[in-house]
Amino acid sequence: MNILRLDINGLLDCLSSWAGGQELYGPVKDGWRRISRDGLEAVVSIPPGAPKAPIKTFFLAQPETLFTFSARHGDDDAWIPTPPKEAPNRRVLFGVRPCDARSIALNSMPYRDDPYYQARMDKTAVVGLSCNETCSTCFCKSVGGSPYGTEGLDILLTKADGGFIAEVLTSKGEGLLEKGTGTPAGDGDMARLKALRDAAQAGTSDTQALSASFKAKNLMQLYNARLWQGLSEPCLNCGACTFLCPTCYCFDIQDEVVRQAGRRIRYWDSCMFPLFTLHASGHNPRGEKIKRVRNRFMHKLKYFTERFGALSCVGCGRCIRECPVNIDIREVIRDLLSVE
Amino acid sequence: MSDTNAKITEEIRAKARELLSSGEIAAFLGFTSGSLPMTTRPFVAKRPGDADKLIWNSFCVMNLANYLPALLESLEPPRGPKDPPPAGPLPKVGVVATGCCSRNIVVQMQERQVDRSRLVILGVSSRGMVDRKKVMAAAEGREPLKVEEGGHTLKVSGRDYELEIDRWSAVRDNCLTCAHNNPVISDYLIGPVSNRDVKDRFAQIEAIEAMPANARWKWFTDEIASCIRCYACRNACPLCYCPTCFVDDSRPQWVGKSTEPADTALFHILRAFHCAGRCTDCGACESACPMGIKMRLFTRKLSKDAFNLFGAEAGLDPQAQPPLATYRPDDPEEFLIVEEKK
Repeated sequence: MNILRLDINGLLDCLSSWAGGQELYGPVKDGWRRISRDGLEAVVSIPPGAPKAPIKTFFLAQPETLFTFSARHGDDDAWIPTPPKEAPNRRVLFGVRPCDARSIALNSMPYRDDPYYQARMDKTAVVGLSCNETCSTCFCKSVGGSPYGTEGLDILLTKADGGFIAEVLTSKGEGLLEKGTGTPAGDGDMARLKALRDAAQAGTSDTQALSASFKAKNLMQLYNARLWQGLSEPCLNCGACTFLCPTCYCFDIQDEVVRQAGRRIRYWDSCMFPLFTLHASGHNPRGEKIKRVRNRFMHKLKYFTERFGALSCVGCGRCIRECPVNIDIREVIRDLLSVE
Repeated sequence: MSDTNAKITEEIRAKARELLSSGEIAAFLGFTSGSLPMTTRPFVAKRPGDADKLIWNSFCVMNLANYLPALLESLEPPRGPKDPPPAGPLPKVGVVATGCCSRNIVVQMQERQVDRSRLVILGVSSRGMVDRKKVMAAAEGREPLKVEEGGHTLKVSGRDYELEIDRWSAVRDNCLTCAHNNPVISDYLIGPVSNRDVKDRFAQIEAIEAMPANARWKWFTDEIASCIRCYACRNACPLCYCPTCFVDDSRPQWVGKSTEPADTALFHILRAFHCAGRCTDCGACESACPMGIKMRLFTRKLSKDAFNLFGAEAGLDPQAQPPLATYRPDDPEEFLIVEEKK
């Protein structure tokens, strides 16, 4: 791993070269926007916390065209799937918070063999910006992350002493930097970085403790806990939490035919919606709100954790900030852990 | 908490406790405090002791009528779909209702979604609820860690700032143009009665109507561009109770599922029209929207039309027929082509 020191002009030069050579995206206000060479200043000062729009948009396209087909009976290739013509472009995501970067790594576990997800991963370089300041809704440390975490990133930038310390983490990250970019970080920079990391972890003895606790919990006891009733009562069963959540990755598939040109699309679905589990028979195993609310939290905290080893939550706090009825996952975690 | 809110909170708690203790109601629907500043949670109190969790402030932005049909049904003894309703009176629910919420209860009565005899309504006059997004905007991106409500001010403070804003400047757009602050039906009235008057009820709409058609279309498409199709607007709305919403139908599929602009536009247009003549402008849709879309302007336009064409305002009289479910010989019909154009 290569560690560099960059001043602001060095960073702007990098951004300028990325904006020219490939697609550059960064958080602007609440969303992820394409950044042109004229708009570089906007992305170097980013407010604390994760932006409202989740980063998953870049990996789980909304919608993803899986293939196209002709629905004209006379055509030679009628009903024969054709792979999508457009391959994803090379792009750099800049200003990604460590929580969001971690979500990319977590989502790529269930999507390990998914060619569409992996193709987007291959074409994307992720440049992170660590969190010198956090929000009151941030809780990455309690779910296995860190404000200075590097998981899922190709480069991590940390603001320090008027400039940036750049940790180049992967060969893709190396490839992003032209020769002669920045200067090698000195011992002072290394010490500074270590001090920031240690200070961030102070008071949190073990960030993996929560996943271990959930793995140890009896599944049926959690499932049958009394708390689901009160928890689900205010829930509107909208998809705000799932659609803004960086680690909610469920989808549905549909064929759309417009003027006999068909495409099969994969689009975001939400376990909060009744249609999510509706069977063709008309039976719905999660017909009531309480069952859907339970599934959302059980999936994140228990099912995913048992299967993949980590919680499917990166502690970005989006769902807490944006839930119209203030359902707070931190309280759910606390209450579930006290279930005996 | 302002004195008024503290008094109203106390009275709501006392009444809820009394009604639950006496067994007159089986559940009381109100608000409890949230985990972040400026948030509240709809809350169902079932035991007299729960009543102490109830609160009242300017952030009670969800419309409680939305929860009533399901809550009433959940209290009925379980029965099969073909079993007759049980004999004797069914358990009652107590609910806090402002002007708009009470009007939505009236709409639900007109549309046979709730049975008035099973409700005990605690009416509270609304001072106008505060829009959390407006307060955030006033804080210019700095996170508010504490918001204290005074009589006419909001004290906002964060890590390294403190500011005081005029409460009225942060009141929701729908509350600014509300002509029915006082509950239209109630069993008990709590707190002071509002005598706030409003001019220019539809000024926001007239400004949009005055745009040329292409500018108006641009305004509309820009407004919904950030929509993520989470349906928080629909689910927060007490008017939306269809067992299967048109967007959820898959056979036939009326509207596409992704965030392609045409699909998003279709969803918002159809949702708004579905609320025509029924919407009380409670603003729950806008308050629920995580993306800050001002979709209430769409329904407000239709409220204006219903008012101007049929003199109808939603939810004022339980005996009245909804304007789009009735016909009068003198209904305006300028849209009819009575003569072939030459």
